[in-house]
Amino acid sequence: MEKLAISATDLTKKYGERTALSHANFSVPAGTICGFVGPNGSGKTTTIRMLLGLISPTSGTGTVLGENISLPEKYLPKVGAMIEGPAFYPALSGLENLKVLADLGGFPVERAEELIAKVGLGDRGGSKFKTYSLGMKQRLGIAAALLPNPELLVLDEPTNGLDPSGIQEVRELIRDLANRGTTVFVSSHLLSELEMISEYLVMLREGKVIFSGRTHDLLAGAEPIIVAKPEYEVDLTKLVKLIEDTGHAVAVRDGAVHVTSAKEWAPTLNRLAFEAGITLATITTAQQTLEETFFEMTEDEA
Amino acid sequence: MIRVVKAEARKLKRRSLLLSTFATVGGLSGLFTAIVYLMINSASGNSKRGERISALQLSQPDGLVYGFKLVGAFLGIVALCIFASQTAQEYTYGTLRNLLVRQPSRMKILVGKFISMKIYALLMVIFAGGFSIALSYALAGHAKVSTATWSSHAALVILGQTTLNIFISTLCFGTLGMILGLLFRSPIGAIATGVLWTLILENIISALIANTAKWMPGQNFSNIGEGGSAIASYKYSLLISAIYLLLGSSLVAILFKRRDVAN
Repeated sequence: MEKLAISATDLTKKYGERTALSHANFSVPAGTICGFVGPNGSGKTTTIRMLLGLISPTSGTGTVLGENISLPEKYLPKVGAMIEGPAFYPALSGLENLKVLADLGGFPVERAEELIAKVGLGDRGGSKFKTYSLGMKQRLGIAAALLPNPELLVLDEPTNGLDPSGIQEVRELIRDLANRGTTVFVSSHLLSELEMISEYLVMLREGKVIFSGRTHDLLAGAEPIIVAKPEYEVDLTKLVKLIEDTGHAVAVRDGAVHVTSAKEWAPTLNRLAFEAGITLATITTAQQTLEETFFEMTEDEA
Repeated sequence: MIRVVKAEARKLKRRSLLLSTFATVGGLSGLFTAIVYLMINSASGNSKRGERISALQLSQPDGLVYGFKLVGAFLGIVALCIFASQTAQEYTYGTLRNLLVRQPSRMKILVGKFISMKIYALLMVIFAGGFSIALSYALAGHAKVSTATWSSHAALVILGQTTLNIFISTLCFGTLGMILGLLFRSPIGAIATGVLWTLILENIISALIANTAKWMPGQNFSNIGEGGSAIASYKYSLLISAIYLLLGSSLVAILFKRRDVAN
């Protein structure tokens, strides 16, 4: 049987009348990178906080590294986490902030110095946190998450505020950790990044899990698309109507129509557009990306 | 637990906090002690509420700690502000979630924080006392106060008792600050409420309604520092303070343990 790093069974959180997370069921195999995606307010951070013992579920249960989430002291020493952006003491230096957490977790303070260098803050480790840029704060947050040399790393939007090279560094760091057996549970809005690194995905919409499984299975199951862009934007509405009349699903993104259909239908679309007096500037066929699948799954019923 | 104390100590020993605290404590201690000695012949008095303390009174064994006693209540206010801000800032900075991920036992966090702040308060009291006594010796000649009895056994016993009383009093104010910090989850709200209540509202209520002073928490905390007064005995103030603080601490401990950390 596959060893699980995280599992959730009917995990539910209600705040008064509002349900932040409803009967969430998913699992994350140990040693994998699992992307955690969903629109803002879909319940991602609530889920992460429940997994870390910061908020208690209204009902349902879960396990982290084989331990029940009601006993966080049993598993948190082996978990590193950065939740909802980095939060540190502004008047302390980056290094001192890490040392506070090292003291608290019982890790040697030398580990804080190592990690400051590892995340590229070596020369600014002694500067006060309040003087850091967003990217530097994010790097410090990642360093703090790495303090326990974690078996499970939970990262909430780790690439926020990072420049392209910083994003690439985080991607490499995550891959490196996964190669050494660390399970990484990462939420991000950069779906192209997640598509590149995640073997597993958990997708939320309005507090409900709408997909949980292998990224490959999600993308393989998605229908191909035809992307067509009219020469004149004013023709978009007419083109959408034309496609809808044929019974195909269509969405407009970045001034182009995205039609869920096999590539063989592309010449028909081209002809229909021509007959309706619409000139297509481009027409291409593609397999859906994670981003397109995400939009399709999260927008359809929204 | 020791880990939490160490982590908290790292936060408390940051230079800006240390400098501002000890500058404030030193300044207050110096000011009150200097007033006693430099205004010894002033018609408007040299102690609280215009009271006049003579050179003869200051020459007694308890003269050594007179200035120190005056600053006691103000040390409590400083402690209230520090305890409140150190506790509430975990919510405003969002750092509580980091602490709880590294130390999931909420009670250990709370008790560890309290122990480290207690040590900080003790250092503050010792510094204030040392500074006041040094200044008393330095200004005694100017005020024609004899220091002969200040090194007697009786004076040392009084010094020990006064230091302990001021420490307990400071700790009571600090604990109130911590309770308010946990209740309000905002340093400004907690400090404003604590200072406004203990320094202003309690005095107004006591002045307007007879016999209420001995029920006021702040008045009793101060009374402990003074070793008792005409308003209430030392033991009475200790008991009333303990009841208030135990009730308050129990309430916030339950809240802290059960409340979701959602920020």
